[in-house]
Amino acid sequence: MRDVVRVAVLDYGAANMVSITRALAAVGAAAVVAADPTAMAGADALVVPGVGAAGSAMNHIRERGLLDPVRNWVRAGRSCLGICLGFQLLFDASDEGEVETLGLLAGRTIGLADAPTLPHIGWNSVDAVREHPLFDGIADGTCFYFVHSFAPAPADERVVLAVTRHGRPFVSAVAQGSLFGVQFHPEKSSDAGLRVLANFVGLVAAHRAPVAGGASMAGGAHSESGASTGGREPAGTVRMA
Amino acid sequence: MLARRVIPCLDVDKGRVVKGTRFLNLTDEGDPAELAERYAREGADEIVFLDISAAYERRGTMLEVVRRTASRAFVPLTVGGGVRTVDEMRDVLRAGADKVSFNTAAVRTPSLLTECAQRFGSQAVVCAIDARRLPRTDDAQQRWEVVTHGGRRPTELDAVTWAARAVELGAGELLVTSMDRDGTRSGFDTELLAAIAGRVRVPVIASGGASGPDDFVAAVRQGKADAVLAASIFHRRIYSIADVKAAMAAAGLPVRTIERPAA
Repeated sequence: MRDVVRVAVLDYGAANMVSITRALAAVGAAAVVAADPTAMAGADALVVPGVGAAGSAMNHIRERGLLDPVRNWVRAGRSCLGICLGFQLLFDASDEGEVETLGLLAGRTIGLADAPTLPHIGWNSVDAVREHPLFDGIADGTCFYFVHSFAPAPADERVVLAVTRHGRPFVSAVAQGSLFGVQFHPEKSSDAGLRVLANFVGLVAAHRAPVAGGASMAGGAHSESGASTGGREPAGTVRMA
Repeated sequence: MLARRVIPCLDVDKGRVVKGTRFLNLTDEGDPAELAERYAREGADEIVFLDISAAYERRGTMLEVVRRTASRAFVPLTVGGGVRTVDEMRDVLRAGADKVSFNTAAVRTPSLLTECAQRFGSQAVVCAIDARRLPRTDDAQQRWEVVTHGGRRPTELDAVTWAARAVELGAGELLVTSMDRDGTRSGFDTELLAAIAGRVRVPVIASGGASGPDDFVAAVRQGKADAVLAASIFHRRIYSIADVKAAMAAAGLPVRTIERPAA
């Protein structure tokens, strides 16, 4: 029996930490809140949650000395999931306040265009662009909970897993190797959301599996080669009971 | 397509759910976290807790309710009632709520909406507007007045004007309650809802007067509401959330049906 998957949830002062940590626990992961770099050590995966404004989020990340640790984590090919604002921060920059963000995925976060209501609040369907184990067991078009006014526009279309329509369609899920991002809140999306988190935890377990004992290697090369293929099946996907 | 939300509202007094016409005839209905979890399972798109405790009994109790709920019901939680400062809002969000709704406090101190929106984002700031019909004037245009303190205190604020101002100040959502209809089960005031929805771009939640599934359809169709809230018809099990959603779906409105987890 493999060790429980340990997930560090980045706490930079702008997220509802209770909901995401409880949701991760509900799918069998051990979630720890990481407010500084040392708390990330020993984790198998990093979750970057968040709501609010990109500018103040980046300031908090910098102030807490988390900027380089987060960048290095992802660049080393270690598993990471960005949620909502945390998803947007993975990209190069945001039009919300004209700020430079983490630069781990190519593209810019832009305002939702032609949206009938703003913010985009509520349950909306997530339409698959391509199949991916992150959405294993979830029917195409299933509703997830969104709260946002901006969304990233990836420069590389190959990372796009799903889109959602509110006005002009926007990208609601991406994957590049072991880096994932979703614009919706899985921790607020009931059973479907828990399933995405369970799938993520399963992918993390599979990703670390071949690495005997180790955090050190995970391998940038591995993550990059996985970026565009999408068909790569994980060794074992956790199924919810 | 964005689904129209169906939201049960739980009035909470001293950590217990109570029912009744908002402030009268309170009877104990059980544990808020348990009831919230049940509604989430039955397809509620969101849960609203309205804290109706007296101020001195409030702090701590509601945070504990939110904490317990957030670890069991994985749907959005909104807390209204008694939050008056940025720090109090922070505590509620930290306990696991996603949004806080401001009513009397926003009327008294409008800048509170701005401060909270700047700190936590507009998406977390709901302005609750309790409105009462005014007699029609000579220009024959219907107007509504904002009332506070559970409807007891008139403010002379025009509800539509206040709605637009609240959004400018930072509210990301409006919870609009007709005090003429609240607790009467005579249907939502769709005229009020449409007047406000026509003035703002943020989502409008309809409240006050639900008697059955057709009212939910009317709130969206005629009232242009994005979400519909009700209390007693759900608590008394007159209708289930599924009943309401089935009627909305039959009327051609987009709703979220409960997903069955794959085996």
